[in-house]
Amino acid sequence: MSATATHDLHDDHGPEKGWRRWVYSTNHKDIGTMYLIFALAMLFVGGAMSFVIRAELFQPGLQFVRPDFFNQMITMHALIMVFGMIMPAFAGFANWMIPLMIGAPDMALPRLNNWSFWLLPFAGVLLLSTLFMDGGAPASGWTLYPPLSLQTGNGFPFAMFSIHLLGLSSIMASINIIVTILNLRAPGMTLMQMPMFVWTWLITAYLLIAVMPVLAGGVTMLITDQFFGTTFFNAAGGGDPVLFQHIFWFFGHPEVYIIILPAFGIISHVIPAFSRKPLFGHDAMVYAIAGIAFLSFIVWAHHMFTVGMPLAGQLFFMMSTMLIAIPTAVKVFNWTATMWRGSISFETPMLFAVAFLFLFTIGGFSGLMVAIVPADFQYHDSYFVVAHFHYVLVPGALFGAFCGAYYWLPKWTGHMYDERLGKIHFWLSAIFVNLTFFPQHFLGLAGMPRRIPDYSTQFADFNMLSSIGAFGFGLSQLLFVYVIIKCVRGGEKATAEVWDNPPGLEWTVPSPAPHHTFEDPPIMR
Amino acid sequence: MSGEHTTDTKSLVGKLVILAAAMFGFGFLMVPLYDIFCDITGFGGKIDTTRPAVVESQLPDLSRTVTIEFVTSVNEYAPWEFRPAVTSMEIHPGEFYETTFYARNLTPRRIVGQAVPSIAPGAAARYLQKTECFCFTSQQFEADEAKDMPVRFIVDTDLPEYVDRITLAYTFFVIDQVVSSSGTTGI
Repeated sequence: MSATATHDLHDDHGPEKGWRRWVYSTNHKDIGTMYLIFALAMLFVGGAMSFVIRAELFQPGLQFVRPDFFNQMITMHALIMVFGMIMPAFAGFANWMIPLMIGAPDMALPRLNNWSFWLLPFAGVLLLSTLFMDGGAPASGWTLYPPLSLQTGNGFPFAMFSIHLLGLSSIMASINIIVTILNLRAPGMTLMQMPMFVWTWLITAYLLIAVMPVLAGGVTMLITDQFFGTTFFNAAGGGDPVLFQHIFWFFGHPEVYIIILPAFGIISHVIPAFSRKPLFGHDAMVYAIAGIAFLSFIVWAHHMFTVGMPLAGQLFFMMSTMLIAIPTAVKVFNWTATMWRGSISFETPMLFAVAFLFLFTIGGFSGLMVAIVPADFQYHDSYFVVAHFHYVLVPGALFGAFCGAYYWLPKWTGHMYDERLGKIHFWLSAIFVNLTFFPQHFLGLAGMPRRIPDYSTQFADFNMLSSIGAFGFGLSQLLFVYVIIKCVRGGEKATAEVWDNPPGLEWTVPSPAPHHTFEDPPIMR
Repeated sequence: MSGEHTTDTKSLVGKLVILAAAMFGFGFLMVPLYDIFCDITGFGGKIDTTRPAVVESQLPDLSRTVTIEFVTSVNEYAPWEFRPAVTSMEIHPGEFYETTFYARNLTPRRIVGQAVPSIAPGAAARYLQKTECFCFTSQQFEADEAKDMPVRFIVDTDLPEYVDRITLAYTFFVIDQVVSSSGTTGI
């Protein structure tokens, strides 16, 4: 490919100067950095929206915002956090680390890589711009169920087009990642020898290619229903709004694994490194991920038990959902076994990894509870569900990203981060995240519905605690930004290995990793 | 980079792009698949609304009594008064029954409506057969016009044992827009 060929020619000089370095970049490290910075910025945009939500819910009654705007915040918070923050964050890790882990000089399709990233800021602006349009942003929740989502004002086509762009970006990034992993591994590295983070991303990328187009199809149908007179989801014309739920969740359930699998990968690097033992059951972990990925395609209707399904359908989706507990338990037990009799030290990445293990498992258990059909009729659309998915997304996926950021920050910047501040960041995050989301379990069980700006007075105390937790959690992240800036600016010089003999090829290159690495493939032992 | 390697990359990218395109198509394929799935299972109480059922004559099962309830609603923006003549009937499977639904146009202009039926529980959907129904065609209402619209139905004697109560619900929609812009909607 011409892009690759040109790239080889300018290997000898450093990156371009000024804005061209970033806008024209085809370097996996620079693009990875841009993904990570974009994700961090979006963490604060989406976080600001959750501040609006939690401020409104601080007390019963309507204090700050109109209910419609509240629902716009709910929707935008979710869309920004899912598509703008956590997915780009893991794409950033993939860009930075996959070539380093498999001994490749760069991603296989560097120009496409540039395009994948640069679609994101435009898609993000398009999405955020709907807030300022007549009728505001979508207020239907991120699930975009019609007919409610079709009642969005002028912002509707902008939001839909933005989702198309975000999808396009992830599909292109996924193609790039698969080609890189399958074609550019160092000579002698077999698939089963690949590090876990590479494995998780290989499977995640396949999931993305399989389901993002389905979402694109559903969104396209929404657009044609709205503007071109089709009636896919309009009962008056012979359509069915429930059909959209099937299409959405056929995408939506694999999507939650797309979000969590790369975090599994990061944890599978950090726990062995700080336990000073190899990962327990590497191959079993690979099969477990593959099993989870397969199951994710046949469980989607557990998100819609209350639409009125035949008994056989409910039983099938309940049981297949519960099956997911088995490969997930394999992973949790293997991580635990990796720590067993290890020589463990608790640097910040390890703290986040252990918290991940513990808190993600809580989210997994509440997931089993909502999988039970008769119980789900009570939990459905209540705060219990909010608590459940935030436990897997925040102390799950987000802590996984924090964990990876601290683990590889010295490799990226060449400096050690401030360990004391990192630990403070961890403890603040760990305490506040539980203060935010644990009370929401009780609120949901007591009957508080989600996506409603007001509530009955008996829910007041738990909501106040939850809001205090959310404000604390949000503000704690400013410390994270400070730690990163401080680490980029200076600090103790990091060695190539950084940690105590961690496994993986990424530690064989100097810190900071030079602009071009592995121009000659490493020899696999 | 060797030439062989480049071909590898090209063909792999090609395959992955085809996979993505195929999955986009699959999203649309879910539309007919969903209808087939609903037909087979009676999922969501969906039934064929386009034509009368052809029913073989059966011996009525007089030993069994099933309650049929009639529910009506109008879509949010539909300006109709719409109600069943009777709210429920006690019936025997295998026998024909007839009832009417009353609808009145509340606007001073002509409108076209379409009633969409739904049956609960979903498992009973395919046993409630309608030989005549106002839902088979769209209904035109002159300004302020009122109509009694008939439904003729039979409940199959094969109705599962555990069903002793069936709800037949109709929702009325305004379809002027739908018909004019898409033409063929299978109504």
